[in-house]
Amino acid sequence: MRHLIDITDLELTEIDGLLDLADDMIAHRERYADSQRGRILGTLFFEPSTRTRLSFESAMLTMGGNVLGFASADSSSTAKGESLQDTIRTVSCYCDIIAMRHPKEGAPVAASLCSDVPIINAGDGGHNHPTQTLTDLMTIRREMGRLDSLTIGLCGDLKFGRTVHSLISAMSRYPNVRFVMISPPELRVPEYLTEMLRAKNIEFCEVEQMESVLPELDILYMTRVQRERFFNEADYVRLKDTYVLTPEKLRLADSRLRVMHPLPRVNEISSKVDSDPRAVYFTQVRNGRYVRMALITRLLEVCE
Amino acid sequence: MNIDSIRRGIVLDHIEAGRSMEIYQALGLESLPCSVAIIRNVKSQAMGKKDILKIDDDIDIDLDVLGYLDPGITVNIIEDGRIREKKHLALPERLTNVIRCRNPRCITTTESSLDQVFRLVNPAGRVYRCVYCDAER
Ligand SMILES: [Zn+2]
Repeated sequence: MRHLIDITDLELTEIDGLLDLADDMIAHRERYADSQRGRILGTLFFEPSTRTRLSFESAMLTMGGNVLGFASADSSSTAKGESLQDTIRTVSCYCDIIAMRHPKEGAPVAASLCSDVPIINAGDGGHNHPTQTLTDLMTIRREMGRLDSLTIGLCGDLKFGRTVHSLISAMSRYPNVRFVMISPPELRVPEYLTEMLRAKNIEFCEVEQMESVLPELDILYMTRVQRERFFNEADYVRLKDTYVLTPEKLRLADSRLRVMHPLPRVNEISSKVDSDPRAVYFTQVRNGRYVRMALITRLLEVCE
Repeated sequence: MNIDSIRRGIVLDHIEAGRSMEIYQALGLESLPCSVAIIRNVKSQAMGKKDILKIDDDIDIDLDVLGYLDPGITVNIIEDGRIREKKHLALPERLTNVIRCRNPRCITTTESSLDQVFRLVNPAGRVYRCVYCDAER
């Protein structure tokens, strides 16, 4: 039995296989319409995340499977004081595979130790969120035709942004990838990541403005800069527009650039950018559904 | 107890000078009914000074705890007044319930039945990582 806790649990060839399957599912959706009939996905959301939960449920329903679960801890037995492991032991009797989100880091590892069915980590605190990363990898591969030899720009809150950290770790496994990190000094990528990049001899630079680097980017991955991350209001007000993508700024970029965002966005991408063919953040959402379909399929195959 | 000649027991040799009390406590030796000698600041050719612990009984010692605290320690098992076995320690690859995770967001802080498990990620820096949340210690 296999679980997916961390994106690095997957070998690069396994990621390729998942993305190939997801591509095929987009191209021939009808072939997969009944592929999970009779199987049940448990969505255990000890912390609410409507969009991630809907994405998993949509993935299972698209393949003819069923779903059950809860959307927040107060509607689960956890509210009555049941341990996570007891909840998992119980629910794994009711379903064939579990997607779980939990506020505590490492909760999916604890779950996997006592589960009879595969566990998919749908986010554990600020720690891991591998299906978001798979979604990002799928989007990059579909849009650019490859995962190597790319210049990836990451913009916004790079210090607390878990999706950015996972994406850097995942992309650093491919040859010839360069990173351009665009953030205010107080929200730079954590040191453990820059140390990892240096140790692997991967080229990266850290800048505060996006204008000068936009022309060289293949991917611009935008994230939200949250007000509460700043020490004072004045810094926030001074910096907030610096990290907003507008059609004016986008004019500086290449036509092959793709703009991505894990969503939900607040104001870091102007809605005027949405109609630009380079904006692919809603395509990303669709890809998330198919890559989760592929993941559920593969993990259930291993069980047979 | 003649501290020079144990008939049957354990001698922990080459303890870093000054750390014998810490080792004594970590192994829970204070609860043993047998005699235990703590010998401090013994002259050593290799170490300058060292500490030694002599335990007058052949007890089960948690070698993981010992290896984690001080991998330089030599464990001598004494039988009939002779060294029957000499064990050299190493940093354990995996620690179970030896150290606790300090990350307040770690699942181990709320799920009390979980073992505290760490794996060695950097032997040179003696860095261990929590298997649940990846926090380093
Ligand atoms: Zn931990």
